[in-house]
Amino acid sequence: MQALYAQLLVGLINGSFYALLSLGLAVIFGMLNIINFAHGALYMMGAFCAYFLLNLLNIGYWPALILAPIAVGIFGMILERTMLQWLSGLDHLYGLLLTFGMALIIQGVFQNYFGSSGLPYSIPDALKGGMNLGFMYLPIYRGWVVIFSLVVCLATWYLIERTRLGANLRAATENPTLVRAFGINVPRMITLTYGLGVGLAALAGVLSAPINQVRPLMGADLIIVVFAVVVIGGMGSIMGSIVTGFALGVIEGLTKYFYPEASNTVVFVLMVLVLLVKPSGLTGRAN
Amino acid sequence: MTALTDDTLAAAPHAIRDEMIAFGIMTALLLIVPFTGVYPFFVMQALCFALLACSFNLLIGYGGLLSFGHAMFLGTAGYVSAHALKVWGLTPELAILAGTAAAAGLGVITGLIAIRRQGIYFAMITLALSQLLYFIYLQTPFTHGEDGIQGIPQGRLFGLLNLSNPTVLYYVILAGFLIGFLLIFRTINSPFGEVLKAIRENEQRAISLGYKTDQYKLLAFILSGTLAGFAGALKVFVAQNASLTDVHWSMSGEIVLMTLVGGLGTIFGPVVGAFVITAMQQYLAGYGQWVTVIQGVIFVACVLAFRRGIIGEIAHLLRRSL
Repeated sequence: MQALYAQLLVGLINGSFYALLSLGLAVIFGMLNIINFAHGALYMMGAFCAYFLLNLLNIGYWPALILAPIAVGIFGMILERTMLQWLSGLDHLYGLLLTFGMALIIQGVFQNYFGSSGLPYSIPDALKGGMNLGFMYLPIYRGWVVIFSLVVCLATWYLIERTRLGANLRAATENPTLVRAFGINVPRMITLTYGLGVGLAALAGVLSAPINQVRPLMGADLIIVVFAVVVIGGMGSIMGSIVTGFALGVIEGLTKYFYPEASNTVVFVLMVLVLLVKPSGLTGRAN
Repeated sequence: MTALTDDTLAAAPHAIRDEMIAFGIMTALLLIVPFTGVYPFFVMQALCFALLACSFNLLIGYGGLLSFGHAMFLGTAGYVSAHALKVWGLTPELAILAGTAAAAGLGVITGLIAIRRQGIYFAMITLALSQLLYFIYLQTPFTHGEDGIQGIPQGRLFGLLNLSNPTVLYYVILAGFLIGFLLIFRTINSPFGEVLKAIRENEQRAISLGYKTDQYKLLAFILSGTLAGFAGALKVFVAQNASLTDVHWSMSGEIVLMTLVGGLGTIFGPVVGAFVITAMQQYLAGYGQWVTVIQGVIFVACVLAFRRGIIGEIAHLLRRSL
């Protein structure tokens, strides 16, 4: 049973990353109509940002948790201003191709300087060690990742679904022209939205740095799984993305315990099943 | 919404005649390659990729469907052909048939799943499906995991043509490429191709005119996958191996890049793009991961400033359909 709980915890952690990343993808898709293929590369940049902060400037984990998403978010906003904004009005597929190119550039540059092996990033002192819950041993850092991710996801949900800023955002998603007529600066909102989505990816990167090590290709395979998560959940609802992300992580963890050979593929197989039963995704609107 | 391809020239006069002339020039150039001193292995490799890119272009350029997982057909056909040659000891023609048939079967299955969504979702689904296959091939024994299937015997095609002779192999690969290319050319200019273009432009209207668009898209997907598989089966004889690289998402990305550079929705663009990208990889092979960076830069540059691609620009300048 110990092993089962351990795999469930790993599943929850992967689920946190799926949730944070698919949430960012959904928010960006809503405003920009772009599937951000560079999301995995920006997640990796978040982890590297934490690594640089620690090793070059001696700035530790806690400030990095805030600084890295801001830095990568600003980088993302520059990408949006200089490149992505020129795609408005073109077929959505061009956005996918452009961001795929950006991902290749970012990952290639990091691979040149850091190879493909992992760089260590240690767990902050306050979160070292673990506690015995009676039925399992819980490493504190892992518990922290799950709870903190959940809080961030719910905060993002609150921001978008319950605040005035979020209301403007949702309105601009539905009808940008009309929202502009009300005097709201939609282009700036689009830039900020991209920054927000990218910042969430970078935050996931910082969280994963002590667990998965810092590697240039850490986001490359992950983003494809997240695409499958997005197809399963549909991008219509914020809460849907969060729930689907966590649920798929748990299912993956269970698969690792019961049938480890399929743990790499289970999310894709589920995607196929969902497409056969409910093509628009679990929470998606019919298109 | 601006469509993916430049179709302002669709009604250009003498379109077929121009295309036939261009086809004649291309064929003549390719026929004399063994006498020019150009490294034949490079051209053979480029021809396999050219056919692959053409099959991808059939989907995106004429059906509006972006498949981001086309490497799965290349890899599947490659593995099956290689296994058939090496383990089952089949003759080359039967091995090619087996590989192509496997890709066709894969096209039916994945097509039925992928066409349930459109646009951006279609791209994500094909990518996820190819990643699913990648992990399957990583784990099943017959692909030999990271090593791949190596040292594949080339044998004699129809018991006559010795494929271990580079010149003979070159003309066999060229013949295979031309057969595939002409099949695509014929498809594009058939009534079926016209319906595909109609679906690309406005699917709702095509449906309202009574076309069962799902069936057309599925058929196009299967045809494209089969031809991509044919290219993969041919490539086995050139590379003499079948490995995970051919199923990886980066290969799918390269197929997209070749077509984009040459010109989406142009007939000869994917061929030119395949030669350009393959040549670039040859010349830059010593620069490690900078090749990836350069590919990324080309992607970005093409999408932002050069959406017609090489052949698309030429066609636009000449006001011809190519």
